[in-house]
Amino acid sequence: MRKLLKYLKAYKLQSVLAPLFKLLEASFELIVPLVVAAIIDNGIDGGAGTGYIVKACLILVLLGIIGLVCAVSAQYFAAKAAVGFSKGLRHDLFSKMQSLSYSQIDGLGTSKMITRMTSDVNQIQSGVNLVLRLFMRSPFIVFGAMIMAFVINAVAGGVFAIAIAVLCVVVFGIMLASIPLYKKVQGRLDRITTSTRETLTGARVLRAFCKEDEEIAEYGKRNGELTKAQLFVGKISALMNPLTYAIINCAIIVLLSVGALKVNSGTLDRGSVVALYNYMGQILIELIKLANLIITVTKSFACAGRVNEILEMQPAIKHGCLIGESVKSPFISFKNVCVNYGNASVNALDGVSFDVERGQTVGIIGGTGAGKTTLVNLIPHFYDAADGEILIEGENVNAVGDEVLRDKCGIVPQRAVLFEGTIRENMQWGKNDATDEEISEAVEAAQAADVIKAKENGLDEKVEQGGKNFSGGQRQRLTIARALVKKPEILILDDSASALDYATDAALRKSLKNLDYSPTVFIVSQRTSSIKHADKIIVLDGGKMIGVGTHEELLKSCEVYREIHYSQYEKEGA
Amino acid sequence: MAKTQKSVLKRVLKQLKGYKFWLILTVFFALVTVAGNLILPVLFGQIVDLIVGKNNVEFKAIYFKFIIIGAVIAITCIAQWLMSIINNHITYNVVKDIRAEAFAKIQRLPLKYIDAHSYGDIVSRNIADVDQFADGLLMGFTQLFTGVLTIIGTLVIMFVINWVIALVVFVITPLSLFVAKFIASKTYSMFKKTSQIRGEQTAFIDEMIGNLKVVKAFNREDENIEKFDEINSRLTSASLKSIFFSSLTNPCTRFVNAVVYAAVALSGALMLIGTFSVPAVSFTTGLLVSLLSYANQYTKPFNEISGVITELQNAVACAGRIYELIDEQPQKPDAENAKQLSDVEGNIEFENVYFSYTADKKLIENLNIKAKAGQRIAIVGPTGCGKTTLINLLMRFYDTTGGSIFVDGNNIMDVTRKSLRKNYGMVLQDTWLKSGTIRDNITIGKPDASEEEIIEAAKAARSHNFIMQLPKGYDTEIAEDGGNLSQGQKQLLCITRIMLCLPPMLILDEATSSIDTRTEVKIQEAFAKLMSGRTSFIVAHRLSTIKEADIILVMKEGNIVEQGTHTELLSLGGFYSKLYNSQFAV
Repeated sequence: MRKLLKYLKAYKLQSVLAPLFKLLEASFELIVPLVVAAIIDNGIDGGAGTGYIVKACLILVLLGIIGLVCAVSAQYFAAKAAVGFSKGLRHDLFSKMQSLSYSQIDGLGTSKMITRMTSDVNQIQSGVNLVLRLFMRSPFIVFGAMIMAFVINAVAGGVFAIAIAVLCVVVFGIMLASIPLYKKVQGRLDRITTSTRETLTGARVLRAFCKEDEEIAEYGKRNGELTKAQLFVGKISALMNPLTYAIINCAIIVLLSVGALKVNSGTLDRGSVVALYNYMGQILIELIKLANLIITVTKSFACAGRVNEILEMQPAIKHGCLIGESVKSPFISFKNVCVNYGNASVNALDGVSFDVERGQTVGIIGGTGAGKTTLVNLIPHFYDAADGEILIEGENVNAVGDEVLRDKCGIVPQRAVLFEGTIRENMQWGKNDATDEEISEAVEAAQAADVIKAKENGLDEKVEQGGKNFSGGQRQRLTIARALVKKPEILILDDSASALDYATDAALRKSLKNLDYSPTVFIVSQRTSSIKHADKIIVLDGGKMIGVGTHEELLKSCEVYREIHYSQYEKEGA
Repeated sequence: MAKTQKSVLKRVLKQLKGYKFWLILTVFFALVTVAGNLILPVLFGQIVDLIVGKNNVEFKAIYFKFIIIGAVIAITCIAQWLMSIINNHITYNVVKDIRAEAFAKIQRLPLKYIDAHSYGDIVSRNIADVDQFADGLLMGFTQLFTGVLTIIGTLVIMFVINWVIALVVFVITPLSLFVAKFIASKTYSMFKKTSQIRGEQTAFIDEMIGNLKVVKAFNREDENIEKFDEINSRLTSASLKSIFFSSLTNPCTRFVNAVVYAAVALSGALMLIGTFSVPAVSFTTGLLVSLLSYANQYTKPFNEISGVITELQNAVACAGRIYELIDEQPQKPDAENAKQLSDVEGNIEFENVYFSYTADKKLIENLNIKAKAGQRIAIVGPTGCGKTTLINLLMRFYDTTGGSIFVDGNNIMDVTRKSLRKNYGMVLQDTWLKSGTIRDNITIGKPDASEEEIIEAAKAARSHNFIMQLPKGYDTEIAEDGGNLSQGQKQLLCITRIMLCLPPMLILDEATSSIDTRTEVKIQEAFAKLMSGRTSFIVAHRLSTIKEADIILVMKEGNIVEQGTHTELLSLGGFYSKLYNSQFAV
């Protein structure tokens, strides 16, 4: 929580003013018992008369009005600060998530990130709001009451001090005990979120396998676990109220017996005993409020811990500084590159080396899980190489800024995803200020012109979340167009023609060849037909490079390539 | 209160019905707690009366009272604790019920709804909204009952002590209720709006975080943050409004309380010094002290109740969004006399089928297909021609808008969805894996499969080797949506699923699009074995798969333009032959 406090900085004024006004309000409240004591001692017992009493009561009302003004201001400032706090937090959290590396994203999972972003931040916001409103006020009233008690009588003050010490132990004890439990509750909530998301993303598959009832049963189990955790922590935090109640009332008993002795010996008057009793009563009221607050605050602490976990994640990607000179040739060069995904027993890529000249087309082919996607993901520095280096114009990709690097690259990922918005907005992902002409040029090259023509609103056609209102092939061509809009120096097509029919695929390859800015193209494919015209073909198998060369060379020299090729052409009668 | 709000509230109360016993119990403990809270000031007041002045203190009586007080404290504490536990029990179980209901509802929603709504928003309803609802409900329970009971109890006692002062109190207090109600009615819509924007934000997060890799590939981080900040700002100002206005209640009612307190002090003191007096009412300073303390106790619940009311506003607004989901029209249930489809041979017939996703855009018109048992039907055509739609109809993910589909002569509207789908094995291009172990994912269609069966299926689907290379083999946990597996590996797992349960009809939509061709050739052997005797629908671009089909349906813009075997279609020299020859171009 402490680390998150910086988000209050921008709201320093509000976060100071809110408790300050609360303190003011509380101080005026502390005067109330004094006024009442005066009424009893002077007005009633002392015989100061009607006028005195009326005046005293008017003072009480006046105190109420001042209290109202203070409280309203405090509420406003607290709300402002709390809301601003969570705004800043959400902003940072979101940008943090965006800065995570591919492997961190893989490890975290979408659902977890979503609950942290929503549920956890909400809890923290209510916590901050309540803290600003009450956390200052309550201790102030409690300690204020104690000081007042000392003013009235030292021994009575001592009773207050002891009672407060005991209260602190109880309150913090319960808090400490329940923070980890609340963390557990949020963890279980994560799992509920995962279930909900999965049942939506996998709706077709789940229904195809008639898994609806099992899904419900499994969700029921997880739901039950969540409830169990909630109930358990509830039992502990529910102790707060009764315990404070008991402690305060016992303190009152002690107070009254001490008071009785003092009054009997004549060192204290009755009005003071009443005042002391009233102060204790105020502490009780305050603490009951505090008990509710502390549950919220405890929850916030647990949530803050979870949010912090993400904020503290270090981007795993390495960033070195620029060394070496930039060279024109080779444009891209892999030197003995190895990649390992954390815990895998085999390297995903093992000792891959090759050079590519500017403007060349490189085909990458190989079996499932051979490391094709891994290889192309290294060029924009999505993953780190465990060993070896990747050089672009002679500079290590670790040293070039990711943004600069990725600006050079146009990437068409395997899974064709579009985003909610219009087609135009999606196309402008590649280049913010792309004109309609630039877009249609790219669309044309990506063989997607007919997709847009078929839509009533052309470029303004709405795209639903994930592009659900487009077919797989349409999405794929649009994602290719999206990458072409920015006229990248390096174009990476990661098996991105898989949903295209052969005619479209062929036309696409032709148009890519004729692009006037002649990008360096990497094509990952299963089909030799897609890459056979490449200047260089890299054949991967189990992470190792087992062949490199042109189509003709590889047909002669590379057994695996030959097999792949003939598996496609034997039957199709090339 | 707005009408919708009322109906939502009614729903909540209905939801509580099942917890009658617990509700009675919590009211009982609330009564005990309140009684304890109310008796204590009387006892303390009596003690104050026993402390009169120097050498005028009755210690014996005081100590006796202390014993009684101790007992009252003990009982009250226990009652309070039990009450809280019961309240937790009710709230969290109600919330559990609601979540379960919402989740079960999602299973029954037509795919049309799921396809058309953002996942993030639905998730936000089931998670964030339900959470807020729980908070409100819990607060309601803990404070509403005790609050109301305290008010009644205090009033009664005050009337007993001094009816004049009690009357003064009674007249002033409705003010605070009025204030609370006024504020509450204003804040409901604010809370609803906040909740709505929160849903929108969740949807955005879901979309962008879910596809973070694409976002990063396009350096879109900054633009996203901009968009995010825009939503975030709207959320912030909406929350500020709702939080601030709702929190006004407390200071306002507290002010009313201060007035009440002053009034009690004034009238009490004046009575004591005899400015005015009411016959037949005896009054002491001790009683005034008790009364003042009651005035405090009496007004406190007003504060709390007003707080509860705002919290409940929020809760009801959130509950409204969940009920909206729960009340969504479910898919048409299976016909009452729906048959269980069993012993399927695999004769499938489309008869004059019409279908469109939106009424104003025609897609499939008057489609007729006849597939005999064991035939292999390939569907080819340019992207967007309706191939996926055909699958949606076969599996009854969507219902036809006209015409019928028959399986072995049974109209698929007359058989249960479950039995229909159980008879299909489906592999889609868009691979989907659930979080869990590899084993969980493979056995999804046959949970009781033995280890040998699993391995055999995995070997047939050529996934065994890569699975064995994973850190824990078949027990390797895979993250949401497959995590580190490659697209091809995911597809192999999806095929393994089908190889394991061997249904009588198959739908393969680009089932091998991400798998390398060498592996594919090997899988094809297994597929061929699988397909023999099974009616199969195949969508593929690799014409090698298609060539051997019994019927090739060539689709274009929702219609079948050509139909026949590979050789027939080639000799026709039409659309298909153009398509086929194009792959050797360039």
